[in-house]
Amino acid sequence: MSLITNIFEQLINGLRTGSIYALIALGYTMVYGIAKMINFAHGDIIMVGAYSLYVFIGLLELPVIAAIILSVIVCAVLGMTIEKIAYKPLRKAPPLAVLITAIGMSYFLQSAALLLFKATPIPFGNVINVPSLRLGGITISGITIVILVVTTLAMIVLTLFINKTKAGSAMRAVSEDKDAAELMGINVNRTISLTFAIGSGLAAVAGILYICQYPALIPTLGALPGIKAFVAAVLGGIGSVPGAMLGGIILGIIESISKAYISTKLSDAIVFSVLVLVLLVRPSGLLGKKKTEKV
Amino acid sequence: MNRMKLNNTITNIIFIIVSYAAVSLIVTSGILSRQMTSLIIPIGVNIILAVSLNLLTGFLGELTLGHAGFMSLGAYTGALITVNTELPEMIGLPLALIAGGVVAAIFGLVIGVPVLRLKGDYLAIVTLGFGEIIKSVLTAMEFTGGAQGLSGIPKYTTYKNFTIVFIFVVITILLIKNLVYSRHGRAICSIRDNYIASEAVGIKISKYKIMAFVISAFFAGIAGVFNAHNIGILKPDNFDYNKSIEILVIVVLGGMGNIKGSVIAAVVLTLLPELLRDADNFRMLFYAIVLIAMMLFNNSGLRERMTSWIKSKKQVKTATGGE
Repeated sequence: MSLITNIFEQLINGLRTGSIYALIALGYTMVYGIAKMINFAHGDIIMVGAYSLYVFIGLLELPVIAAIILSVIVCAVLGMTIEKIAYKPLRKAPPLAVLITAIGMSYFLQSAALLLFKATPIPFGNVINVPSLRLGGITISGITIVILVVTTLAMIVLTLFINKTKAGSAMRAVSEDKDAAELMGINVNRTISLTFAIGSGLAAVAGILYICQYPALIPTLGALPGIKAFVAAVLGGIGSVPGAMLGGIILGIIESISKAYISTKLSDAIVFSVLVLVLLVRPSGLLGKKKTEKV
Repeated sequence: MNRMKLNNTITNIIFIIVSYAAVSLIVTSGILSRQMTSLIIPIGVNIILAVSLNLLTGFLGELTLGHAGFMSLGAYTGALITVNTELPEMIGLPLALIAGGVVAAIFGLVIGVPVLRLKGDYLAIVTLGFGEIIKSVLTAMEFTGGAQGLSGIPKYTTYKNFTIVFIFVVITILLIKNLVYSRHGRAICSIRDNYIASEAVGIKISKYKIMAFVISAFFAGIAGVFNAHNIGILKPDNFDYNKSIEILVIVVLGGMGNIKGSVIAAVVLTLLPELLRDADNFRMLFYAIVLIAMMLFNNSGLRERMTSWIKSKKQVKTATGGE
């Protein structure tokens, strides 16, 4: 195989992983924009999405489409519930307290899954069967095509939703200034709930796509992609929706290139070094807005 | 004033002697099973870890999720020294302790300098990233034994020679306590409470942040060395994100910014899993609930409502009691 086709395949691999990161990063960014907090439990919602797909298809034997929709709903409701129980009472609390609660929530979801489904990996076959595509010397697997199409669609719909609909405007208003938005008659609580629901729904989609790529379920499957997606969100500029998409894709490509040409073991170290570098050189990220702190 | 200080010192010394006597009685007499007795070292290690993390999280007010990374640096450095050099224990162990602490402290400096620009969420995530970087580098390197781990470490600090661990626990507590009540400590706390104001009155924020990082990392490294020479084998996976969280749970349960609390919580949370062996699966769930519940209780106004409710009850009681 020539070097060029090899690089191309790596780029496509990167694009595939990167679009999953982008989907997850969107959830981080939206929640950060509105609630000004990092939802550490977001990565574990991916895991919940993957496990609920397994429950609906593997145990309850529902049709695939229904199972996917139900998994997304489960995650959206879970996201809203987490916000109601754990984050809403702490809106006026110091950031450290919120952060620790979020970590606790993430830990809670992981250990609950561990108790329910045990630590041994559950093999779970691929639910999406699409034939692979050959372009010249490059083979693009069916799952890659599905992932790329789904993420592109999700991003277009989300961008339209945020920019064109009334609820989307409400979200932008709340992230701009919570108090002013409330005075304009926006229901802030409902908007925050909606944001959590959308973010978690996207995480569920990401989880479903993720287990199509690596078909084994473990309770910690969401942790690493979650953290990496957070890196992607920071890379793109946290709070910025196009930034999350861009950051996710760049990070995916960096990861797959370093896995292929540098070292598999060190690829995680490289990804986190990217985070450190970004925060040192440009803490607001590629597309983020600079903020000056006022007394 | 001086007299009070003197009294305090005397009580402290008495307390240290009594607790040392109690510990040695427990270890030598064999009242408890061997399993419980051997927990004495993990307790000491966790106390050192929790107290040093408390300096960062409780007093400096910055959440770091890479404490296990510092610990692993100390553990590996110390273990590599005792494994590769043929020194007798009397020289090898102190050398390992110093080297482990110093290497961790150097990395604390290396990490502390770049994260000066960050705070809150970003700092937490960067320290988490650093912890993961350290872990994956340890896995990738040859001389650390890779993912199989480093084995054959001489067991210098098992429960039979708990004295040196005890001494270091005391040193850690005293040093961090004195630091916190000193001028430097007040500067560190002022950064937590309002960093803009403390910068305005001339406190050098960078200096104190780095200082806290370096000291905290040093003690985490020492704890790592003890841990390595107690277990005898090191694996990079033992020092992951979960270990950092475990230490954080101790600090949070004991109370952030409360050294005594950290010590008690370290003892309780090391003994508890051993006592509840059958419910080991629930341990993580318990940790998670502790984290969430403590934060909700302390920060959502629940605590104020509860105390005022208790007060009103008391008032009712005294009112009825007066009749």
